[in-house]
Amino acid sequence: MKALLIGATRGMGRSLARLMVERGDQLFLLGRDESALEVTAADLTARGASGSVGAACCDLESPSGFEAALDAAWAGLEGVDTVVVTAGLFGTQESLEADAVLRQRVLSVNFANTVEFCEQVRTRLLADGGGTLCVFSSVAGDRARKKVVLYGAAKAGLSSYLEGVDLRYREAGLRTVLIKPGFVRTNMTAALDEPPFAVGPDEAARAVLRAIDRGASVAYVPPVWRLVMLIIRSLPTWVLRRTDF
Amino acid sequence: MTVEGQRGALSGWGRHPVVVARHRRSENLEAITRGATLSRGLGRSYGDASLPGTIDGTLAVTTAADRLCWFDAERGIVRAEAGVSLATLNRVFWPRGWSVPSSPGTQQVTLGGMVAADVHGKSHHSEGCFGEHVRAVRMRVADERILEVSEDEEPELFRATLGGMGLTGHLLEVEFQLRPAPSGWVLAESQGYGDLESTVEALRSAGSEWPHTLAWIDLLAGGSAFGRGVVERGRRADPGEAPSRLPAPRFPPAVPFVFPLISGTTMRLANIARYWSRRLYRRGIVHPDAFFYPLDVVGWLNRLYPRAGFTQYQVVLPTSAGVEGCRRVFDIMVQRGAVPLLCVLKDFGGEGKGMLSFPKAGLSIAVDLPITDRTQVAVDAMNDFVAGVGGRVYLAKDTLTRPEHFRAMEPRLSAWQAVRRHWDPEARIRSALSVRLFGDPT
Repeated sequence: MKALLIGATRGMGRSLARLMVERGDQLFLLGRDESALEVTAADLTARGASGSVGAACCDLESPSGFEAALDAAWAGLEGVDTVVVTAGLFGTQESLEADAVLRQRVLSVNFANTVEFCEQVRTRLLADGGGTLCVFSSVAGDRARKKVVLYGAAKAGLSSYLEGVDLRYREAGLRTVLIKPGFVRTNMTAALDEPPFAVGPDEAARAVLRAIDRGASVAYVPPVWRLVMLIIRSLPTWVLRRTDF
Repeated sequence: MTVEGQRGALSGWGRHPVVVARHRRSENLEAITRGATLSRGLGRSYGDASLPGTIDGTLAVTTAADRLCWFDAERGIVRAEAGVSLATLNRVFWPRGWSVPSSPGTQQVTLGGMVAADVHGKSHHSEGCFGEHVRAVRMRVADERILEVSEDEEPELFRATLGGMGLTGHLLEVEFQLRPAPSGWVLAESQGYGDLESTVEALRSAGSEWPHTLAWIDLLAGGSAFGRGVVERGRRADPGEAPSRLPAPRFPPAVPFVFPLISGTTMRLANIARYWSRRLYRRGIVHPDAFFYPLDVVGWLNRLYPRAGFTQYQVVLPTSAGVEGCRRVFDIMVQRGAVPLLCVLKDFGGEGKGMLSFPKAGLSIAVDLPITDRTQVAVDAMNDFVAGVGGRVYLAKDTLTRPEHFRAMEPRLSAWQAVRRHWDPEARIRSALSVRLFGDPT
């Protein structure tokens, strides 16, 4: 597998990159922090990456840089068959309500800019005859809840976009894999109270890789969240108005 | 990016004591160790070694900093961040023919913790403590400088840091030598012995032939069966005798919440089953996890221990104390009403280069004891005896030792404290353990 990962310097993306390296996949990394990319590439090399692990700067906050970054990746790997988008921003509902700048950033990065990134990837993969596009959304996009109104809205948009790409382009050879993590212990969630079924990033990454290999169009991570969200989606609105999760 | 400190209840592996402490976790160790009171890894020390010594202190939790910096495949040398776990190192290096030397009984420890406690394992008699294989560390000292420390650069600080319980500075990176491991598998033998004397004798004689040895002891059996045991010995299997495939990584299920299944009664039954099922000589190829990491048989094994928590009383008795010394420790323990849930013995090789490292030539005794109102009295009484015969206690397991006992056991303490004071005159880096044993201010 020749895989391009954006957001692999931390959390689930980092765990996923390590699993892929262990089984011999070739990787190219995109991220916004140059030194973090270097450290991560060195880590993957020391873990036995086949060939050198290329990296280039790419920030989901500045879509003008997408094209150059994707050029670098396609050149570095001599063609790409799998793209994994794990990058994203998180803010608690309270912080997003209070801070207009943060709100704007979270909404654009998690929705508009990620979609733009995926559009450019889609064009390239289809031109190469197809491939896999794996995008990390969230269970927060499945149903509005008091605690994740804004974050959830952006993720709902992202989920809907990817579902649409699947409908429209799967026949042409573009497989989309929509990952919906429940609660995964990463920096992003470090300040939050831990709900039941929380898993570490390594365990989550194993589930993600299984989904990519299977070509599942939607994967809940860990899988028990499919059931949890089925229940939450079926709750009447008046229940959600009265609960606090 | 630094995660802001949060407050939360923390404890060591023994779940006692529990303190509310501010802690912060990030992959950027340089950021989170700045101004921090203490670094903490996976929290596998049993007592208060990984807890902050001050109410307003902040812990730097290192586990997100788990990247390898480089690996020299020719010489088997690796450098990695302090937060990388032994489990990760094993998973990465076993398939490539290398193993981490001096591996302890769990792989859920960080590299930083392995240096700070200067850990040992079943192989202590053959390859010493982990510190013997450490080439250099990168650390932040109390005045916030970041230094490269080794036998060549600041050798005193280096030796004070091996086994220094994280009190000489924050470990950021560790460079160490791996050992060639021809196959991932282990050739193991085990055999039961009917009393303490013959078990200890078998453990000692196994050490001359086998690189990995350990004895498990039944301290809950009554009468003449008290002290019967099973000796385990093993070595890395040669490629010819092992399966050609690599041992598959294991991901054991975790105990989800505190569920105190382990008690004197259940362990008495478990011990009977264990002794009688392993009494006869057995030899075979076993999975390395099963041989090296019995504590990882399920995740969060400590949640099966009694609700009030537990401690592990681990001491080394010098060879001169003999098996009689060992029996005396057990007698005091039982007389004072402590319940020895689990006991293992290990014969140690010589003292290493860590200034405060635990092992020295003799017999190591490790016993899991539930925390009850009698445990402190039992530990005090055992420590009286151990100090008297020239033994000492292992700080990574300790919860209840008193400072006067520790001073009596540890003639090297003042030399180590002089080095620590030189680098940290105000004891800015301190733990609940250093407050308890070394008189650091709270």
